[in-house]
Amino acid sequence: MSVRRWSVTLLAAFVTLLTVAPLLWMVSVSFMAPGEAAQFPPPLLPETPSLENYRTLFGTFGIGRFLANSLLVSTLATGLALLFTIPAGYAFAKLRFKGRDATFRLLVAALVVPGQIGMLPLFLELKAMGLVNSYAGALIPWLAGIFGIFLVRQYCLSIPDEMLEAARIDGASEGQILRRVVLPILTPIIVTLALFVFLGSWNDFMWPLIVLADQDLYTLPVALAAMSREHVQDNELMMAGAVVTTLPVLILFLALQRFYLSGLLTGSVKG
Amino acid sequence: MSAADHGREARAGWAMSAPALAAIAAFFVVPAIASLFLSFTDFDIYALADAGNLRFVGFRNYERLIENPLFWKAMGNTLWFVVLGVPFIVALSLFAAMLVNSRWLKWRPVWRVALFAPYVTTLVATAVVWRYLLHTRYGLVNYLLSLFGIAPIDWLGSPNASLPAILIFVGWKTFGYNMIIFLAALQTVPRELDEAARIDGAGWFTRLRHVTLPAIAPTVLLVSVLTVAGMFQLFAEPYVMTQGGPAQSTVTILYFMYEEGFKWWNLGSGAAVAFLLFLCILAVTLVQLKLAKRGGAI
Amino acid sequence: MQVTRRHLTGALAALPLLPMLGACGARREGALTIWAMGNEGANLPELLKTLSLPANMPPIEVQPLPWTAAHEKLLTGFAGGSLPAIGQVGNSWIAEMAAIGAIAPVPASAEPILADQFAAVVDTNRIAGRTWAVPWYVDTRLQFYRKDLFARAGHAAPPADWTGWKAALHQVKRLAGDGNYALLYPLNEYEQLTTLALSAGARMLRDNGARGAFSDPEFKAALAFYKSLFDEGLAPLASSAQISNVWNEFARGYFSVFLSGPWTIGDMKSRLPAAMQGKWGTAPNPGPDGIGSAAPGGSSLVVFAGTENPGAAWEILTRLLSPAAQLDFHELTGSLPARRSVWREAGLASDAAVAPFATQLDHATPLPKVPEWERIVTEMQVVAERMVRGQLGVDAAAKEIDRRADRLLEKRRWMLDKGKAL
Repeated sequence: MSVRRWSVTLLAAFVTLLTVAPLLWMVSVSFMAPGEAAQFPPPLLPETPSLENYRTLFGTFGIGRFLANSLLVSTLATGLALLFTIPAGYAFAKLRFKGRDATFRLLVAALVVPGQIGMLPLFLELKAMGLVNSYAGALIPWLAGIFGIFLVRQYCLSIPDEMLEAARIDGASEGQILRRVVLPILTPIIVTLALFVFLGSWNDFMWPLIVLADQDLYTLPVALAAMSREHVQDNELMMAGAVVTTLPVLILFLALQRFYLSGLLTGSVKG
Repeated sequence: MSAADHGREARAGWAMSAPALAAIAAFFVVPAIASLFLSFTDFDIYALADAGNLRFVGFRNYERLIENPLFWKAMGNTLWFVVLGVPFIVALSLFAAMLVNSRWLKWRPVWRVALFAPYVTTLVATAVVWRYLLHTRYGLVNYLLSLFGIAPIDWLGSPNASLPAILIFVGWKTFGYNMIIFLAALQTVPRELDEAARIDGAGWFTRLRHVTLPAIAPTVLLVSVLTVAGMFQLFAEPYVMTQGGPAQSTVTILYFMYEEGFKWWNLGSGAAVAFLLFLCILAVTLVQLKLAKRGGAI
Repeated sequence: MQVTRRHLTGALAALPLLPMLGACGARREGALTIWAMGNEGANLPELLKTLSLPANMPPIEVQPLPWTAAHEKLLTGFAGGSLPAIGQVGNSWIAEMAAIGAIAPVPASAEPILADQFAAVVDTNRIAGRTWAVPWYVDTRLQFYRKDLFARAGHAAPPADWTGWKAALHQVKRLAGDGNYALLYPLNEYEQLTTLALSAGARMLRDNGARGAFSDPEFKAALAFYKSLFDEGLAPLASSAQISNVWNEFARGYFSVFLSGPWTIGDMKSRLPAAMQGKWGTAPNPGPDGIGSAAPGGSSLVVFAGTENPGAAWEILTRLLSPAAQLDFHELTGSLPARRSVWREAGLASDAAVAPFATQLDHATPLPKVPEWERIVTEMQVVAERMVRGQLGVDAAAKEIDRRADRLLEKRRWMLDKGKAL
């Protein structure tokens, strides 16, 4: 069986290499001197690795500002999304109130509706609120996370009712129960949800593109898209920009991949 | 439990769900419904400057869309993305899932995470990378093809190659996600079944067709529908890689909506596109539900 | 219950934070921002350094925009109330920006910088009796041609009248040999047809831009001439995407004439092989009888309406158009200066490739100044392509373009009726 074992593993290694090759190449080219990559056959490794492109990015192009914007928007989006969705998800799972099931069914049905449908009116709505061209405008869509509510609710369903009843008998208020009893149990799903929202808002493109007009507010993807249109020829520089944009989320994912992948399955097995 | 307790629980329930529901209502439900109303108006730059320039026009936006060749081009392109992309991506994902699920595979978690990694990368960043990988003269893709004696392909510059080029990128970016879903399904297929068929002398392909596929059919359907929905929502890929070109060969419905809405500021017409897009996705979803019911998946 | 309410207020307390974040505009306090595109945006900071602005000026911040996203950005900026103080605006967008009230008209104090400019370019920026933007650099489209092939056909330059021009194209096509053409008029570009139309003296819109005038005899003449170029095999039925490398094809004689702007001069010098240098030239467009016309192009600088410090903005803008700054600008970017005095100073009038652009700009005619124009010509070209492919006759095509233009202008007619349009 050993031959079979090795051949399958070798095939997997080959497929994996093909898959991660674009990312490895991105990193490699980002260390090349300007113009070095424009050769045939394409060089795989830089002749003398240099940080020149990164210096240009942070110096001339001020990519630090966009990095800070992205960090700020994603962190706030994550915080706000957790604040809004965790209590709601718990309430839909465990608290009996009138209209709960009907409301929840409506929410699940609304999962089918892609967010882009309301984009144009949302823009007008935020314009009326004075939130166009502000960080707040970029954050708004992350407040309305139906998927997050769904995810938290699924997880909460497994909490035994007896546990909550016991807390009630001990005289805890509903809010105390949520904070002291439920939240500790929810830790894994909170990490998962936070990861989803953080990566999602970090990678989001269309909405920030629309709502952020001022360059000083650009998030990394919006800034990178603008730069890549102007600097089509500067491949090495663009690869460095891509590294700065995608490396933070890639590292975050690799560190917490267990939470991400388990959450993904909870989410996709919707009925 | 007393009535007071019930009241307390109900109040808490509403209080905890109210902020989220309010946000969903204000920033999701209201805009989605407003989109329908907007599509019956001629909201344009004049109306943007002065709301007094807004008129109700009934179905005129829809009538004009139907007459607009670029709209049909966008619909046609999206259809091509579905027709070519869904089988391609489903096959790719299933292949990856079966590979990772293979019981002879060593270090399984490593491969699983590495194959999934492209899915979490930033779309704009990897689109920039792929635009370069697909470069006619200096791209790695054409270099690899040249090793097999294939002449350079002008991936993003030729109207015939641009759509497949974007599909290759989309496939690379998303197959990991589907792979994870397939993996979960494959793990429910009893090994004994596969083993028995193997002992009976069934080849790899026969076992795939008669054992594995029937067992995971509902998942194949789920992944197909998710992929179709994804194809309807392509935007950043053409925006970064081709800007809809060459010769409008990569204008997708969403890209068309963006241009109608935020380039020309015909928000009325853009909203009509958005609503038609919604109908398309709804139709796909309903078909899914129907098929799933018939197949007994739900 | 108490704690529940506290919880609720906790979540709701986050909401007022949003407007706070909204108010937290990132723009530097008191700074004056300029939006500029492409090459100009890249070189503007350098240019500003040479201006020796007075000490009381606010700090200036330049934000470069990519050309391909500039139009969206300007309108989104308008919609979101986030337009800067000064902006570079393509000349064809000015009607739109003026119509929605996004830009401020040029004040009397800045009028002098319009004095020695090309009349047709300044006229492009005049709408409803006021000038809305100051031309910054100019361009227009004229013909680039193969000198060697025209010389072999016995012409020092392409003839200036349509009949002679077409006859010369036939000669050149024969010289270029089998499988080659004389002219590249890509079917997806509308500039070729509008140039012919302007040359024929067509007005294209009538009634203050309320209706199409594509059935006028002048436009039909242009349309028929355009069609004949394809019918007689002088131009291939191709869109620009099908010509993968314009330079290679031009060098190998696939076509010998094409329409383009001054930005192509640099490309010709850098991309054509050395043997081809000296074998190409530029010439004004042909017209029905003598030099034809063209649409004046380029970019203008505008001051946006509602900027906090319009005085400072106009001061900077005026200085950017001083002859010295215009000369520096030309040297930094290669763009053709808007002021004629600078042309002399930069020696542009004696540059054989550039001089025809001055001639053409003197023979330029502004296109109709309505916000809907770009959409109208896009539709015009869709119909023209169908005509060239044999699906429509000239008369039917003209009528169809009128029908589409009238439909696009429906809103404008309504606005004009209510006295709301410029």
